Amino acid sequence: MHEVSIMQEAVRMVIETAKSSGASRVHGLRLRVGAMSGVVPDALRFAFDMVCRDTIAEGATLNIESVPAQCWCAACQVEFECEDFLNECPQCHELSGELRRGRELELASVEMS
Amino acid sequence: MCKECGCGIVGEVNIGGQPGSALSSPLLDAAEGSKHDHEGDHEHPHPHSHPHDHDHDTSGQIQSHQTVTVQKSLLEKNDRLAERNRGYFRAKGLLVLNVASSPGSGKTTFIRETAVALAKRLRLGVIVGDLATDHDAASLRAANIPVVQITTGTVCHLDAEMVSKAASQLNLDALNVLVIENVGNLVCPADYDLGEDLRVVLLSVTEGEDKPLKYPPMFHSANVAVIAKCDLAAAAGFDREKTLANLKRISHHARIFEVSAKTGQGMKEWIDFLVQAQESIQRQHG
Repeated sequence: MHEVSIMQEAVRMVIETAKSSGASRVHGLRLRVGAMSGVVPDALRFAFDMVCRDTIAEGATLNIESVPAQCWCAACQVEFECEDFLNECPQCHELSGELRRGRELELASVEMS
Repeated sequence: MCKECGCGIVGEVNIGGQPGSALSSPLLDAAEGSKHDHEGDHEHPHPHSHPHDHDHDTSGQIQSHQTVTVQKSLLEKNDRLAERNRGYFRAKGLLVLNVASSPGSGKTTFIRETAVALAKRLRLGVIVGDLATDHDAASLRAANIPVVQITTGTVCHLDAEMVSKAASQLNLDALNVLVIENVGNLVCPADYDLGEDLRVVLLSVTEGEDKPLKYPPMFHSANVAVIAKCDLAAAAGFDREKTLANLKRISHHARIFEVSAKTGQGMKEWIDFLVQAQESIQRQHG
Protein backbone atom coordinates (compact mmCIF):
# COMPACT_ATOMS: atom_id res chain seq x y z
CA MET A 1 0.00 0.00 0.00
CA HIS A 2 1.47 3.39 0.86
CA GLU A 3 3.40 2.90 4.07
CA VAL A 4 5.87 5.75 3.56
CA SER A 5 3.27 8.47 3.35
CA ILE A 6 1.30 6.85 6.19
CA MET A 7 4.39 7.00 8.42
CA GLN A 8 5.11 10.56 7.30
CA GLU A 9 1.66 11.53 8.54
CA ALA A 10 2.10 9.48 11.74
CA VAL A 11 5.44 11.14 12.53
CA ARG A 12 4.01 14.57 11.73
CA MET A 13 1.14 13.90 14.16
CA VAL A 14 3.51 12.51 16.81
CA ILE A 15 5.75 15.58 16.65
CA GLU A 16 2.73 17.89 16.77
CA THR A 17 1.41 16.07 19.85
CA ALA A 18 4.79 16.20 21.57
CA LYS A 19 5.40 19.87 20.86
CA SER A 20 1.92 20.91 21.95
CA SER A 21 2.51 19.07 25.23
CA GLY A 22 5.82 20.81 25.74
CA ALA A 23 7.80 17.59 25.30
CA SER A 24 11.21 17.61 23.66
CA ARG A 25 11.66 13.91 22.95
CA VAL A 26 9.44 11.11 21.66
CA HIS A 27 10.19 7.71 23.16
CA GLY A 28 7.51 5.60 21.60
CA LEU A 29 4.35 5.50 19.54
CA ARG A 30 1.57 2.98 19.21
CA LEU A 31 -0.30 2.39 15.95
CA ARG A 32 -3.47 0.34 15.53
CA VAL A 33 -3.47 -1.37 12.17
CA GLY A 34 -6.42 -3.41 10.95
CA ALA A 35 -5.70 -6.73 9.27
CA MET A 36 -7.71 -5.60 6.23
CA SER A 37 -6.31 -2.08 6.08
CA GLY A 38 -4.04 -3.09 3.21
CA VAL A 39 -1.00 -1.99 5.19
CA VAL A 40 2.01 -4.25 5.82
CA PRO A 41 3.51 -3.84 9.35
CA ASP A 42 7.08 -4.64 8.20
CA ALA A 43 6.84 -1.94 5.56
CA LEU A 44 5.59 0.47 8.24
CA ARG A 45 8.66 -0.29 10.36
CA PHE A 46 10.99 0.22 7.43
CA ALA A 47 9.25 3.47 6.53
CA PHE A 48 9.37 4.67 10.15
CA ASP A 49 13.13 4.15 10.35
CA MET A 50 13.53 6.42 7.34
CA VAL A 51 10.97 9.04 8.23
CA CYS A 52 11.90 9.59 11.90
CA ARG A 53 15.56 10.40 11.14
CA ASP A 54 16.64 13.88 12.26
CA THR A 55 13.40 14.43 14.13
CA ILE A 56 12.59 14.34 17.84
CA ALA A 57 11.06 10.92 17.18
CA GLU A 58 14.34 9.39 15.98
CA GLY A 59 14.99 6.11 17.75
CA ALA A 60 11.50 5.93 19.25
CA THR A 61 9.96 2.51 19.76
CA LEU A 62 7.25 1.70 17.25
CA ASN A 63 4.48 -0.53 18.63
CA ILE A 64 2.05 -1.91 16.11
CA GLU A 65 -1.16 -3.32 17.48
CA SER A 66 -2.81 -5.59 14.96
CA VAL A 67 -6.60 -5.50 14.87
CA PRO A 68 -8.11 -8.71 13.47
CA ALA A 69 -10.75 -8.35 10.79
CA GLN A 70 -14.28 -9.36 11.68
CA CYS A 71 -17.00 -9.99 9.14
CA TRP A 72 -20.73 -10.18 9.65
CA CYS A 73 -22.88 -12.97 8.23
CA ALA A 74 -26.44 -11.67 7.97
CA ALA A 75 -27.83 -15.16 7.31
CA CYS A 76 -26.35 -16.74 10.46
CA GLN A 77 -26.32 -13.52 12.51
CA VAL A 78 -22.74 -14.16 13.60
CA GLU A 79 -19.42 -12.36 13.42
CA PHE A 80 -16.46 -14.33 12.20
CA GLU A 81 -12.80 -13.59 11.70
CA CYS A 82 -11.91 -13.05 8.08
CA GLU A 83 -8.54 -12.92 6.38
CA ASP A 84 -8.86 -11.80 2.82
CA PHE A 85 -11.19 -10.46 0.18
CA LEU A 86 -13.15 -13.70 0.08
CA ASN A 87 -15.02 -13.75 3.35
CA GLU A 88 -16.81 -17.08 3.59
CA CYS A 89 -18.95 -17.64 6.67
CA PRO A 90 -17.58 -20.71 8.49
CA GLN A 91 -21.11 -21.92 9.18
CA CYS A 92 -23.05 -21.43 5.96
CA HIS A 93 -20.16 -20.72 3.53
CA GLU A 94 -21.96 -17.78 2.00
CA LEU A 95 -19.78 -14.84 1.04
CA SER A 96 -20.09 -11.81 3.26
CA GLY A 97 -19.16 -8.33 2.13
CA GLU A 98 -19.77 -6.67 5.48
CA LEU A 99 -16.52 -5.97 7.31
CA ARG A 100 -17.20 -4.78 10.84
CA ARG A 101 -13.63 -4.43 12.09
CA GLY A 102 -10.22 -4.55 10.51
CA ARG A 103 -9.71 -1.44 8.40
CA GLU A 104 -8.36 0.70 11.24
CA LEU A 105 -5.29 2.80 10.67
CA GLU A 106 -4.68 5.12 13.57
CA LEU A 107 -2.14 6.67 15.84
CA ALA A 108 -3.28 5.41 19.24
CA SER A 109 -0.80 7.02 21.63
CA VAL A 110 2.56 8.71 22.02
CA GLU A 111 5.11 8.32 24.83
CA MET A 112 7.21 11.42 25.36
CA SER A 113 9.17 13.55 27.80
CA MET B 1 5.01 10.72 -5.55
CA CYS B 2 2.75 7.73 -5.98
CA LYS B 3 2.45 6.05 -2.63
CA GLU B 4 1.85 2.72 -4.30
CA CYS B 5 4.72 2.50 -6.80
CA GLY B 6 6.92 5.51 -6.04
CA CYS B 7 6.64 7.11 -9.47
CA GLY B 8 6.13 10.76 -10.25
CA ILE B 9 7.84 14.00 -9.39
CA VAL B 10 5.81 16.74 -7.76
CA GLY B 11 5.08 19.71 -10.01
CA GLU B 12 4.75 18.02 -13.41
CA VAL B 13 0.98 17.71 -13.49
CA ASN B 14 -0.77 19.79 -16.13
CA ILE B 15 -4.50 20.49 -15.94
CA GLY B 16 -6.37 21.80 -18.99
CA GLY B 17 -3.13 23.23 -20.39
CA GLN B 18 -1.92 24.92 -17.22
CA PRO B 19 0.59 23.72 -14.62
CA GLY B 20 -1.32 22.19 -11.68
CA SER B 21 0.83 24.04 -9.17
CA ALA B 22 -0.45 27.38 -10.46
CA LEU B 23 -4.06 26.36 -10.01
CA SER B 24 -6.32 26.35 -7.05
CA SER B 25 -9.93 25.47 -6.47
CA PRO B 26 -12.46 26.68 -3.86
CA LEU B 27 -12.37 23.27 -2.19
CA LEU B 28 -8.60 23.21 -1.85
CA ASP B 29 -8.53 26.75 -0.44
CA ALA B 30 -11.05 25.67 2.19
CA ALA B 31 -8.97 22.60 3.01
CA GLU B 32 -5.82 24.71 3.46
CA GLY B 33 -7.64 27.12 5.75
CA SER B 34 -8.51 24.36 8.18
CA LYS B 35 -4.86 23.60 8.97
CA HIS B 36 -3.78 24.73 12.42
CA ASP B 37 -0.50 25.28 14.16
CA HIS B 38 0.43 23.92 17.56
CA GLU B 39 3.63 25.88 17.86
CA GLY B 40 3.93 28.65 20.38
CA ASP B 41 2.17 29.94 23.44
CA HIS B 42 0.02 27.60 25.51
CA GLU B 43 -1.49 30.23 27.76
CA HIS B 44 -4.51 30.75 25.50
CA PRO B 45 -7.27 28.16 25.06
CA HIS B 46 -7.20 26.07 21.92
CA PRO B 47 -9.98 27.09 19.53
CA HIS B 48 -10.26 23.59 18.11
CA SER B 49 -10.67 20.27 19.84
CA HIS B 50 -8.27 17.38 19.75
CA PRO B 51 -8.61 13.96 21.30
CA HIS B 52 -5.43 14.38 23.29
CA ASP B 53 -4.48 15.88 26.62
CA HIS B 54 -2.19 18.73 27.36
CA ASP B 55 -0.11 19.04 30.47
CA HIS B 56 -0.44 22.67 31.41
CA ASP B 57 1.90 22.94 34.33
CA THR B 58 3.26 26.40 35.08
CA SER B 59 6.58 25.90 33.37
CA GLY B 60 4.90 24.43 30.25
CA GLN B 61 7.41 21.57 30.24
CA ILE B 62 6.91 17.85 30.83
CA GLN B 63 9.87 16.39 32.66
CA SER B 64 8.95 12.76 33.14
CA HIS B 65 7.79 10.17 30.60
CA GLN B 66 4.17 10.60 29.75
CA THR B 67 1.92 8.62 27.44
CA VAL B 68 -0.61 10.74 25.63
CA THR B 69 -3.65 9.11 24.05
CA VAL B 70 -4.19 10.34 20.50
CA GLN B 71 -6.56 7.93 18.67
CA LYS B 72 -6.47 9.80 15.40
CA SER B 73 -6.91 8.25 12.01
CA LEU B 74 -3.95 8.37 9.65
CA LEU B 75 -6.28 8.81 6.72
CA GLU B 76 -4.43 10.81 4.23
CA LYS B 77 -4.85 14.18 2.67
CA ASN B 78 -6.29 12.54 -0.43
CA ASP B 79 -9.17 10.93 1.45
CA ARG B 80 -10.07 14.24 3.07
CA LEU B 81 -9.99 16.07 -0.25
CA ALA B 82 -12.00 13.28 -1.85
CA GLU B 83 -14.73 13.66 0.75
CA ARG B 84 -14.83 17.38 0.07
CA ASN B 85 -15.12 16.69 -3.65
CA ARG B 86 -17.92 14.22 -2.92
CA GLY B 87 -19.91 16.75 -0.90
CA TYR B 88 -19.41 19.45 -3.50
CA PHE B 89 -20.48 17.25 -6.41
CA ARG B 90 -23.50 15.88 -4.52
CA ALA B 91 -24.69 19.38 -3.68
CA LYS B 92 -24.77 20.02 -7.43
CA GLY B 93 -26.84 16.88 -8.02
CA LEU B 94 -24.02 15.38 -10.10
CA LEU B 95 -23.56 11.66 -10.60
CA VAL B 96 -19.80 11.11 -10.54
CA LEU B 97 -18.03 8.12 -12.07
CA ASN B 98 -14.39 7.07 -11.68
CA VAL B 99 -13.63 4.89 -14.71
CA ALA B 100 -10.56 2.68 -14.42
CA SER B 101 -9.00 -0.15 -16.38
CA SER B 102 -5.81 -1.41 -17.96
CA PRO B 103 -4.41 0.80 -20.74
CA GLY B 104 -6.31 0.13 -23.98
CA SER B 105 -9.44 -1.52 -22.55
CA GLY B 106 -11.62 1.05 -24.29
CA LYS B 107 -12.41 3.65 -21.60
CA THR B 108 -12.47 6.69 -23.88
CA THR B 109 -14.63 5.05 -26.54
CA PHE B 110 -16.97 3.69 -23.88
CA ILE B 111 -17.30 7.13 -22.29
CA ARG B 112 -17.79 8.84 -25.64
CA GLU B 113 -20.54 6.43 -26.68
CA THR B 114 -22.14 6.75 -23.24
CA ALA B 115 -22.29 10.52 -23.62
CA VAL B 116 -23.73 10.26 -27.13
CA ALA B 117 -26.38 7.75 -26.03
CA LEU B 118 -27.31 9.91 -23.04
CA ALA B 119 -27.42 13.16 -25.01
CA LYS B 120 -31.20 13.53 -25.04
CA ARG B 121 -31.60 12.68 -21.37
CA LEU B 122 -28.52 13.81 -19.44
CA ARG B 123 -25.56 16.10 -20.07
CA LEU B 124 -22.22 14.44 -19.42
CA GLY B 125 -18.81 16.08 -18.87
CA VAL B 126 -15.41 14.43 -18.59
CA ILE B 127 -12.14 14.85 -16.75
CA VAL B 128 -9.56 12.60 -18.42
CA GLY B 129 -6.09 11.72 -17.21
CA ASP B 130 -3.09 10.47 -19.16
CA LEU B 131 0.66 10.75 -18.69
CA ALA B 132 0.96 12.61 -21.96
CA THR B 133 -1.02 13.88 -24.99
CA ASP B 134 -4.51 15.28 -25.11
CA HIS B 135 -5.70 12.73 -27.64
CA ASP B 136 -8.49 11.47 -25.39
CA ALA B 137 -9.78 14.97 -24.73
CA ALA B 138 -9.65 15.72 -28.45
CA SER B 139 -11.65 12.60 -29.24
CA LEU B 140 -14.28 13.53 -26.64
CA ARG B 141 -14.38 17.17 -27.70
CA ALA B 142 -15.02 16.07 -31.29
CA ALA B 143 -18.22 14.46 -30.00
CA ASN B 144 -19.24 17.78 -28.39
CA ILE B 145 -18.51 16.61 -24.86
CA PRO B 146 -17.23 19.17 -22.33
CA VAL B 147 -13.82 17.89 -21.27
CA VAL B 148 -10.70 18.81 -19.33
CA GLN B 149 -7.45 16.90 -19.96
CA ILE B 150 -5.02 16.25 -17.14
CA THR B 151 -1.53 15.23 -18.23
CA THR B 152 0.29 13.87 -15.22
CA GLY B 153 3.82 13.70 -16.59
CA THR B 154 4.90 10.56 -14.80
CA VAL B 155 2.22 10.15 -12.12
CA CYS B 156 0.39 6.87 -12.66
CA HIS B 157 -3.02 7.75 -11.25
CA LEU B 158 -5.38 10.67 -10.71
CA ASP B 159 -5.89 12.01 -7.20
CA ALA B 160 -8.58 14.10 -5.51
CA GLU B 161 -6.55 17.30 -5.75
CA MET B 162 -6.08 16.99 -9.52
CA VAL B 163 -9.79 16.25 -9.93
CA SER B 164 -10.76 19.24 -7.82
CA LYS B 165 -8.63 21.58 -9.93
CA ALA B 166 -9.88 20.12 -13.20
CA ALA B 167 -13.51 20.29 -12.08
CA SER B 168 -13.21 24.02 -11.53
CA GLN B 169 -12.50 24.33 -15.26
CA LEU B 170 -15.83 22.73 -16.19
CA ASN B 171 -19.23 24.39 -15.98
CA LEU B 172 -20.59 21.81 -13.53
CA ASP B 173 -23.97 23.53 -13.28
CA ALA B 174 -24.58 22.62 -16.92
CA LEU B 175 -23.92 18.92 -16.25
CA ASN B 176 -25.79 16.00 -14.72
CA VAL B 177 -23.02 13.43 -14.92
CA LEU B 178 -19.27 13.87 -14.38
CA VAL B 179 -17.07 11.09 -15.65
CA ILE B 180 -13.47 10.89 -14.51
CA GLU B 181 -11.41 8.75 -16.87
CA ASN B 182 -8.47 7.55 -14.82
CA VAL B 183 -4.97 6.83 -16.08
CA GLY B 184 -4.85 3.32 -17.55
CA ASN B 185 -3.59 1.29 -14.61
CA LEU B 186 -5.20 -1.43 -12.49
CA VAL B 187 -2.85 -1.00 -9.51
CA CYS B 188 -2.36 2.50 -8.10
CA PRO B 189 -5.72 4.11 -8.84
CA ALA B 190 -7.34 1.61 -6.46
CA ASP B 191 -5.89 3.53 -3.51
CA TYR B 192 -7.10 6.96 -4.54
CA ASP B 193 -10.65 8.01 -3.77
CA LEU B 194 -11.55 10.86 -6.12
CA GLY B 195 -14.94 11.69 -4.59
CA GLU B 196 -16.89 9.51 -6.99
CA ASP B 197 -20.32 7.91 -6.51
CA LEU B 198 -19.53 4.92 -8.68
CA ARG B 199 -16.22 3.26 -9.36
CA VAL B 200 -16.51 1.64 -12.78
CA VAL B 201 -13.85 -0.89 -13.77
CA LEU B 202 -13.56 -1.97 -17.41
CA LEU B 203 -12.27 -5.34 -18.50
CA SER B 204 -12.11 -6.05 -22.22
CA VAL B 205 -12.62 -9.53 -23.72
CA THR B 206 -9.00 -9.65 -24.91
CA GLU B 207 -7.51 -9.38 -21.42
CA GLY B 208 -8.04 -12.84 -20.01
CA GLU B 209 -10.69 -14.16 -17.66
CA ASP B 210 -8.41 -14.17 -14.61
CA LYS B 211 -7.81 -10.41 -14.56
CA PRO B 212 -10.00 -9.88 -11.47
CA LEU B 213 -7.99 -12.52 -9.57
CA LYS B 214 -4.73 -10.80 -10.51
CA TYR B 215 -5.79 -7.34 -9.39
CA PRO B 216 -8.01 -7.88 -6.33
CA PRO B 217 -7.91 -4.39 -4.78
CA MET B 218 -9.15 -2.61 -7.90
CA PHE B 219 -11.81 -5.18 -8.76
CA HIS B 220 -12.94 -5.47 -5.17
CA SER B 221 -13.44 -1.72 -4.98
CA ALA B 222 -15.62 -1.68 -8.10
CA ASN B 223 -19.29 -0.73 -7.88
CA VAL B 224 -19.72 -1.54 -11.56
CA ALA B 225 -17.74 -3.96 -13.72
CA VAL B 226 -18.04 -3.54 -17.48
CA ILE B 227 -16.96 -6.29 -19.84
CA ALA B 228 -15.98 -4.27 -22.92
CA LYS B 229 -15.34 -4.96 -26.62
CA CYS B 230 -17.83 -7.85 -26.64
CA ASP B 231 -17.89 -7.68 -30.44
CA LEU B 232 -14.40 -9.25 -30.33
CA ALA B 233 -15.34 -12.08 -27.97
CA ALA B 234 -15.37 -14.89 -30.53
CA ALA B 235 -12.09 -13.81 -32.16
CA ALA B 236 -10.44 -13.60 -28.72
CA GLY B 237 -11.68 -16.96 -27.55
CA PHE B 238 -13.29 -15.18 -24.63
CA ASP B 239 -14.48 -17.47 -21.81
CA ARG B 240 -17.56 -15.63 -20.62
CA GLU B 241 -18.56 -18.05 -17.83
CA LYS B 242 -15.12 -18.01 -16.23
CA THR B 243 -14.87 -14.24 -16.43
CA LEU B 244 -18.27 -13.74 -14.83
CA ALA B 245 -17.43 -16.27 -12.11
CA ASN B 246 -14.16 -14.48 -11.32
CA LEU B 247 -15.86 -11.10 -11.30
CA LYS B 248 -18.51 -12.36 -8.93
CA ARG B 249 -15.84 -13.80 -6.70
CA ILE B 250 -13.72 -10.66 -6.35
CA SER B 251 -16.13 -7.87 -7.24
CA HIS B 252 -19.04 -9.35 -5.38
CA HIS B 253 -20.71 -6.00 -4.80
CA ALA B 254 -20.45 -4.97 -8.43
CA ARG B 255 -23.20 -4.67 -10.96
CA ILE B 256 -21.96 -6.26 -14.20
CA PHE B 257 -22.59 -5.00 -17.74
CA GLU B 258 -21.44 -6.60 -20.99
CA VAL B 259 -21.08 -4.11 -23.81
CA SER B 260 -19.67 -3.23 -27.15
CA ALA B 261 -19.35 0.55 -27.39
CA LYS B 262 -18.58 0.05 -31.06
CA THR B 263 -21.74 -1.86 -32.03
CA GLY B 264 -24.00 -0.60 -29.24
CA GLN B 265 -24.58 -4.08 -27.82
CA GLY B 266 -25.51 -3.92 -24.13
CA MET B 267 -25.34 -0.11 -23.99
CA LYS B 268 -29.07 0.36 -23.40
CA GLU B 269 -28.97 -1.46 -20.05
CA TRP B 270 -25.92 0.60 -19.02
CA ILE B 271 -27.59 3.89 -20.01
CA ASP B 272 -30.83 3.02 -18.18
CA PHE B 273 -28.78 2.21 -15.09
CA LEU B 274 -26.97 5.56 -15.27
CA VAL B 275 -30.20 7.50 -15.68
CA GLN B 276 -31.67 5.76 -12.63
CA ALA B 277 -28.50 6.39 -10.61
CA GLN B 278 -28.46 10.07 -11.51
CA GLU B 279 -32.14 10.41 -10.65
CA SER B 280 -31.45 8.89 -7.26
CA ILE B 281 -28.63 11.41 -6.59
CA GLN B 282 -30.81 14.26 -7.82
CA ARG B 283 -33.67 13.21 -5.51
CA GLN B 284 -31.40 13.32 -2.50
CA HIS B 285 -29.81 16.67 -3.21
CA GLY B 286 -31.35 18.44 -6.21
